[in-house]
Amino acid sequence: MTTFTPIAATIGGALIGLSAVLLMWLNGRIAGISGILQGAAFSRGAERSWRLAFVAGLVLGGALYVLVTDGTLLTREGVSPWLIVTAGLLVGVGTRLGSGCTSGHGVCGISRLSPRSLMATLSFMATGFAMTAMLRHVLSVSV
Amino acid sequence: MNAARATLSGLLAGTVFGLGLAISQMTNPEKVLNFLDLIGPWDPSLIFTMVGAVVVTFVGYRWLLGGTPRFASAQQLPGNRSIDTRLVTGASVFGMGWGMAGYCPGPAVTGLASGSLEPLLFLGAVYVGFVIAGARPAPRPEAAAET
Repeated sequence: MTTFTPIAATIGGALIGLSAVLLMWLNGRIAGISGILQGAAFSRGAERSWRLAFVAGLVLGGALYVLVTDGTLLTREGVSPWLIVTAGLLVGVGTRLGSGCTSGHGVCGISRLSPRSLMATLSFMATGFAMTAMLRHVLSVSV
Repeated sequence: MNAARATLSGLLAGTVFGLGLAISQMTNPEKVLNFLDLIGPWDPSLIFTMVGAVVVTFVGYRWLLGGTPRFASAQQLPGNRSIDTRLVTGASVFGMGWGMAGYCPGPAVTGLASGSLEPLLFLGAVYVGFVIAGARPAPRPEAAAET
């Protein structure tokens, strides 16, 4: 069970938006995490440095939250590693083919009123809803 | 690109993004799956995260897009405008993975700070997926200059 937390969710969302605005203002780039992860590993020079720093920041932000609030990031245990690996493969292949994920298409693309990003967002929302429903309610997998 | 300042900007933007993911509890895959599970214990919090992020980004982009960034020569925006099979297939495959484990790429990276092995395992598989779908290291600049 998780509880409905609209205020924390909105504040967190606004910070994600602030990050996207900062990155456009300072570096002129879209805050798309799947693209940043690829560039952090596969590009070179300055193009790689800011992406590596962004990835380090993502971890640092999580660590700061835990230190300051004494809260938790995730507590789940006991999910099959095969399920986690399969999900990771699908996310890696899918975000590369589809050129983005929840941040690049869902936040930045929609904010640019890009029809392409809107289509991508509708597509991954649809299969996301379908996959969770199938796993939990048809196959009775506990995730 | 002003490399040192651009790198610090990346660190700052990444940290703010990570804080946002942690505060909204998007790092908790159970919360994400409870949003995606419309017929289960539905938790609509994620809608508020998406709307909060889009409103701030939309307003900021209205002000910034078309301008010149502080530490780079020009903005780099996606030029591809076509809605094709590759886009829809890719996004659909991504959604399947997202709905399976409850991780999209950002929350998995921030979740590394929990010390849990699950996001690490997930991200390892994401990188294998990138390579399967064709990601390769960029050629060395000096090698390109020699030819």
